[in-house]
Amino acid sequence: MEFIPDARNSDLPDWLTSEHDMGTSIMAVQFKDGVVMGADTRTSTGQYISNRASDKITPLHDRIFVCRSGSAADTQAIAGYVSFYLDLHANEIGELPLVRTSAALVQQLSYNNKAHLLAAMIIAGWDPHNGGEVWEVTLGGSRVKLPWTISGSGSTYIYGFCDSTYKPDMTKEECLQFVQKALTLAMDRDGSSGGFIRTVVISKSGVEYDTLIGNKHHKFSEV
Amino acid sequence: IGTGYDLSATTYSPIGRVFQIEYAQKAVENSGTAIALRCSDGVVFAVEKIIQSKMLEPDSNRRIQTLDKHIGMVAAGLVPDARQIANRARREASSYKDFYDDSIPIRILNERVSAFIQMYTLYSHIRPFGCTTIIGGVDRKGPQLYMIEPSGISWGYFGCAAGKAAQAAKTEIEKLDLKKLTCRDAVIEAAKIIYGVHDDLKDRLFDLELSWVCPHSNNEHQLVPKDLFDRAEAAAKEAQKEDSSEGSEGEDAQT
Repeated sequence: MEFIPDARNSDLPDWLTSEHDMGTSIMAVQFKDGVVMGADTRTSTGQYISNRASDKITPLHDRIFVCRSGSAADTQAIAGYVSFYLDLHANEIGELPLVRTSAALVQQLSYNNKAHLLAAMIIAGWDPHNGGEVWEVTLGGSRVKLPWTISGSGSTYIYGFCDSTYKPDMTKEECLQFVQKALTLAMDRDGSSGGFIRTVVISKSGVEYDTLIGNKHHKFSEV
Repeated sequence: IGTGYDLSATTYSPIGRVFQIEYAQKAVENSGTAIALRCSDGVVFAVEKIIQSKMLEPDSNRRIQTLDKHIGMVAAGLVPDARQIANRARREASSYKDFYDDSIPIRILNERVSAFIQMYTLYSHIRPFGCTTIIGGVDRKGPQLYMIEPSGISWGYFGCAAGKAAQAAKTEIEKLDLKKLTCRDAVIEAAKIIYGVHDDLKDRLFDLELSWVCPHSNNEHQLVPKDLFDRAEAAAKEAQKEDSSEGSEGEDAQT
């Protein structure tokens, strides 16, 4: 998957030969009646930012979305397959699919093709039987349910902030604040994350999309 | 009688019947009666297991099968065919759970099994299944009961019966108020119905099999516990004695 220099390729810059990589900072937090999902908007091809306004939060079904990180192509392909399967499944059972089912489908694709994929995803949403849920599927294809989770290259810089700030039973607004502050910090330190912050809030009543551009980000320091 | 149009399942008669499927239904009518009741809080299965010999071990040759934790099945007709259907249903339920990380809804299992049974009516080199299959259990939508005929057609029921005394059993079932009946009471009623429709002259020896899916079994499919089973059987035998002591005449009574 990496660019190996040889006689033919050594002259070309990395941004002509590298894969599209979503360095990324993504996260999702569960609250009482739903979930808040957030992501940055930077897609890089080597050092070149091929898309500074990407949408990394992709719908899998009416009330289930996935935050994508890793290879843009791999995660788009997985999301495509899973939304197809979920569509058929939802029609067969005659109701909204479970978030756990969506995550299980992502996991099976991820695990069974682990040698060929580079994809870390956070599946979150709302279903009628379990309410809001956050599930993470890792690089190797393991799946775990969590009250909140962070992922992508930028996440490494904000574990301390998140672990110390998160508390259970936060309101929707508190979760949104938490996500926006955390992603701001991640984007400020990680070269592969940046752009602006997209958030998606999912609950029984619907889906709220929002964008938070640079000048509206929380100011942590003047430097 | 088909006269020429009944030799293969791939042949229609001039008026649009497929005789092989109808003959499969006849095989069901020769079997011991199976009934199932959907109650207010669960599902109850009962079957008249006609046995050939007193030497048979009572718990062997089960006619009531478990398809998944929360789903049971009973069939009337050819017992080996019923076993095939049960195994297919088990694989469907298991692979659904593996794929979707969720227990199979009973309505979906019914659709899968119906499609499987229907498939065997399409070809001349395999015969249709000779059983009527009753599938029931409790899922998130509550208790549900479905009955599938050899043609593959299926319906959802509050109460259903199949086998040699199906008609008589249906008449008895219709007298019950299933929307209000609980499983504990339904077990007694089911036993009474089986004993009531059993023809002592034609089939002397029979065993009663009773199972349920209800809150007392933690919504899992299990045989009815021994104490309740014994009470149900005793009540059924008692009801039989009262009936015969009232002088009601059997089919073969002579004046």
